[in-house]
Amino acid sequence: MLKLNKRDTLLFVIVTAMVLLAPFLLNPFPQGSSMAQMFNAGYPDLMQRFVIFGILVIGFNILFGLTGYLSFGHAAFLGIGSYAAVWMFKLLSMNIIPALILSMIIAGIFSLAIGYVSLRRSGIYFSILTLAFAQMSYNLAYSVLGNPSSSYNLTNGETGLQLALDDPRILDGAAAANGALPVTKLFGLAMRDSYNLNVGGWLFTFNVGYYVAGILMLISFYVSIRIFRSPFGMMLRAVKSNQQRMNYTGLNTKPYTLAAFVISGMYAGLAGGLLSSMDPLAGAERMHWTASGEIVIMAILGGVGTLIGPIVGAGFNEYFKNILSKINDGVLHQWLSFLPDGLENFIVGILHYFVGKGWHLTLGLLFMLVIIFLPGGLVEGGQRLAKMFKSKKTDDESDSNNTPAE
Amino acid sequence: MGILEVKNVGKRFGGLQALGDVNLSVAENSVHAIIGPNGAGKSTLLNCLVGKLIPDTGSVMFDGQSVLGRKPFKINQMGISRVFQTPEIFGELSVLENMLIPCFAKRDGAFHLSAFKNMLDDKEIIDRAQHMLEEMKMADKHSMNAASLSRGDKRRLEIGMCLSQEPRLLLLDEPTAGMARADTNNTIDLLKQISDERDITIAIIEHDMHVVFSLAERITVLAQGTPLVEDTPDNIKGHPKVREAYLGETQDAA
Repeated sequence: MLKLNKRDTLLFVIVTAMVLLAPFLLNPFPQGSSMAQMFNAGYPDLMQRFVIFGILVIGFNILFGLTGYLSFGHAAFLGIGSYAAVWMFKLLSMNIIPALILSMIIAGIFSLAIGYVSLRRSGIYFSILTLAFAQMSYNLAYSVLGNPSSSYNLTNGETGLQLALDDPRILDGAAAANGALPVTKLFGLAMRDSYNLNVGGWLFTFNVGYYVAGILMLISFYVSIRIFRSPFGMMLRAVKSNQQRMNYTGLNTKPYTLAAFVISGMYAGLAGGLLSSMDPLAGAERMHWTASGEIVIMAILGGVGTLIGPIVGAGFNEYFKNILSKINDGVLHQWLSFLPDGLENFIVGILHYFVGKGWHLTLGLLFMLVIIFLPGGLVEGGQRLAKMFKSKKTDDESDSNNTPAE
Repeated sequence: MGILEVKNVGKRFGGLQALGDVNLSVAENSVHAIIGPNGAGKSTLLNCLVGKLIPDTGSVMFDGQSVLGRKPFKINQMGISRVFQTPEIFGELSVLENMLIPCFAKRDGAFHLSAFKNMLDDKEIIDRAQHMLEEMKMADKHSMNAASLSRGDKRRLEIGMCLSQEPRLLLLDEPTAGMARADTNNTIDLLKQISDERDITIAIIEHDMHVVFSLAERITVLAQGTPLVEDTPDNIKGHPKVREAYLGETQDAA
């Protein structure tokens, strides 16, 4: 199917099913229960983040996973894509299609320029160069190009770039006639519209924005599978494996790495454009180096160089960030109320630092555990589990075969 | 006039004159060995031929064209393939993929953006790679990770990868270094077979006299960055200058 081999087709079908059924899968607890408040993730905002960061990390993995070049400045392209999309909403139309196209083009141009310079070096020097470029972009966006009183206010600095009633919006300016800010849409469908389905105690939300982003993630995923299986993908893996041999095999490594860099930059631009399409507000903090670090962390968490790893990593990171930051002392007391008071207070006092605002600490620990015990990321964990089950199964079979002989 | 003409090549590293004034002519379809004691400048000379180093003086002509100032991948495309002292292969890739890469490079050039083709649909390239693997007697190992091959097999694979590009000149840098006797003999046989069956020129740098005298048709002896003498193996064996500089001990040992 779709020119994929059997295993890839299966993987693609599973991911497609999970994306389409996510509103069910992510809402396992009935509405209003305390478990639902904590662990349900099936609301539009979070589901959108799952798939959008999925796109971002899938793209990052084409660079880092295949060529081994660790870019520490990918958030710059995410931010650039976000700004480009908001400008399109301000100037042309609230339709997300031109916005997404411009996001990808602008991010592609920036990644071409940054990649051309950064790829002159490899290893840690490449990472430092990309980091420097990303921080330069961040500072340009935050202050230099974002001074509201200057005539070239591209980013609106600290406040962030947002829509205004008096924006030109050449194609559909009239849409804002009622005095409210217009909403982003795909032709007739507004991104923020949702359809709610009540079944028993459960509430499932089907959000337009989520499905638009989800389908784009599936397309991105499909493209990445094709790249992984193409001669081009093999050349990228060869770059990671042995550049010397490539050079002495008549291959020029530079255009290969640059192409991978631009492709992954355009993925990041698309993700940025989608973030703005869901909420037309772009701020410089999206380009901060911590955001770039988070991309690296998501890729490594999931499994670098694997097809499904980026999606798993992005989902894991966003999900735990969300629930850990929701847990507060009150919730902890509720959970531990069966303990004697003194002990309860003591434990809550310790856990206090790991939840709520301290979610970074827990996520950091989880990250360390994965790196130490599963260097191949969560995907390696899955593979090990599958192996364990398989060997158990074959053990059982050989046992049952042996039984009659006894 | 030979296919490779090295004229008055000199290379200096700081205070060290690595190559003095090297003249060398490698005849087409011959096997030419370059020998010499440690530090004679053999590897420096080789690096000057493939574009890794640029000599300070002199010229290097391959088939009438200068190779100086060209990048390694360009020189490779002119028809020079290099086998390294420690086999340089793509360790993380499968044996078949290792063979596919030079086949793609030969057909599609230095860069080809084919991100939407399925690699395994390219019958022409796959057939070529598999044919080459069979020739190298490695067809049964096609799905193995190249890093897990034995030293001898890695060498075979690397030579096969170079041959799949149909080079006109094959440069080998101590191809049997660190190999067991059996692997060394296999490699000698393989190289003999290659030079017999193909229109190919082989230039080989080697320490192991057994390898050199089994293969070479002409030998250049390099000492302290300058060619001492160039002649046929038989004459080299008996040459007093060479025995004095280099070979004496080996023959006594034999």
